[in-house]
Amino acid sequence: MDADELVDALLAGNRRALARAITHVEADSAIGREVLRRIYPKTGRAQTIGITGSAGAGKSTLVGALARAERARGRTVGIVAVDPSSPFSHGAILGDRIRMQDLTSDPGVFLRSMASRGNLGGLSEAATGVVDLMDAFGHDIVLIETVGAGQDEVEVATTAQTTVLVANPGAGDEVQSMKAGLMEIAQIMVVNKADLAGADTAVAQLRALLAIANLQSWTPPILKTVAKANEGIEALVEAIDLHQAHTRSDEHAVAERSRHVRGQIIALARAALHREALEAASASGALEALVDEVAGRRRDPRSAALELLDSLRATWAASGSSFGPPRSKS
Amino acid sequence: MTQPSAEASTATDERPIRVLIAKPGLDGHDRGAKVVARALRDAGMEVVYTGIRQTPQMIAEAALQEDVQVIGLSILSGAHLGLFPRVVEELKSRGVDDVLLFAGGIIPADDVAEVKALGFQGVFGPGTDTRDIVKFVREHAPRRT
Repeated sequence: MDADELVDALLAGNRRALARAITHVEADSAIGREVLRRIYPKTGRAQTIGITGSAGAGKSTLVGALARAERARGRTVGIVAVDPSSPFSHGAILGDRIRMQDLTSDPGVFLRSMASRGNLGGLSEAATGVVDLMDAFGHDIVLIETVGAGQDEVEVATTAQTTVLVANPGAGDEVQSMKAGLMEIAQIMVVNKADLAGADTAVAQLRALLAIANLQSWTPPILKTVAKANEGIEALVEAIDLHQAHTRSDEHAVAERSRHVRGQIIALARAALHREALEAASASGALEALVDEVAGRRRDPRSAALELLDSLRATWAASGSSFGPPRSKS
Repeated sequence: MTQPSAEASTATDERPIRVLIAKPGLDGHDRGAKVVARALRDAGMEVVYTGIRQTPQMIAEAALQEDVQVIGLSILSGAHLGLFPRVVEELKSRGVDDVLLFAGGIIPADDVAEVKALGFQGVFGPGTDTRDIVKFVREHAPRRT
């Protein structure tokens, strides 16, 4: 199917077209880019919810429980589940469907697994595109699940309108480590596996961290859940609704929309620049020459990095690329 | 000429092959399925693993949503001649007609021809070298983009 056919079929509710369009977007193909350009005006209706937290925190189980709760009130659900790629083979095992088996046979749910594919910065580029496709397809709510380990993964969750941070009891040091930025990106905190000892301590720790966080107009609620037993899910759904109402209120809608879109544009530009720079640096051989010099201690890595940027600017200027600083001469 | 870095090469190379590994039916042993999933991952593929006790509908629906190029079914219960045709039927009814199918587990030699006739291009029994499965998938997986 070409872009025209894909867009028509996707907007008409064809699930196979949605699946194939996602493949194109993930591959960043010309068809994928064209589809995204065409469907964007149809987006903006879905609520987008990011769920992040460390491996084993219970994110998949929580996403499954949330999806079931949303289905119970008649809403359709898109799920984007991101798992890490192996840094060695670049392969991945995508196992999120295991926790959501019952949802597979529900026509009101569409679950797509994605591999993070290394640290190229392309993850958020692809994942936000997939979210747009699910939105345009007509899903009422899109859940984006990522392991909160690594900037890219966290960034994906924060491109959602509402970001939920999942922690566990007994993870004292882990909660401490969340100080560095993670607290500021979450609008809802969840202590999952709250039937385990130490749940109240974890809540207290999060509350203490919130007290010193730089909060704007919204104070993140801290909730306890036992996702496996479906406990606390109603309260989480309510909290999400409250935050969504907050972001769509007259007072905050414009600022929230700007925040959201600004983050998206920056992430996409960063990913494109990162990729272009890496490709140019490796194609021109400039990087390898500098590697030899620095490895031989004839030059320091910082000045080498600046030199690399200079040579990239020259390459971009010569090729007339749209990236890089404005060119002084034509 | 120096090798481009691994990072740079993933940006331009062909995308990883996406594979669904599923266990239809009621047997609960998925050691073999996991070994194959891992071998394919280690060969650079992205493997969606669905877990045990999958119905034909669940497998076909997962294949549709994940838009995989390859489906590998593992079965030990002996119900392959009952379940495999239903998987193929469910895939067809969803228009999923461009995937490579292969099967593994306990499939008696007498049944292999019948399983292949259903469209399973590869049938891999106990003791198969995982490198043979990797090679098979690389050679036969249809391209997507």
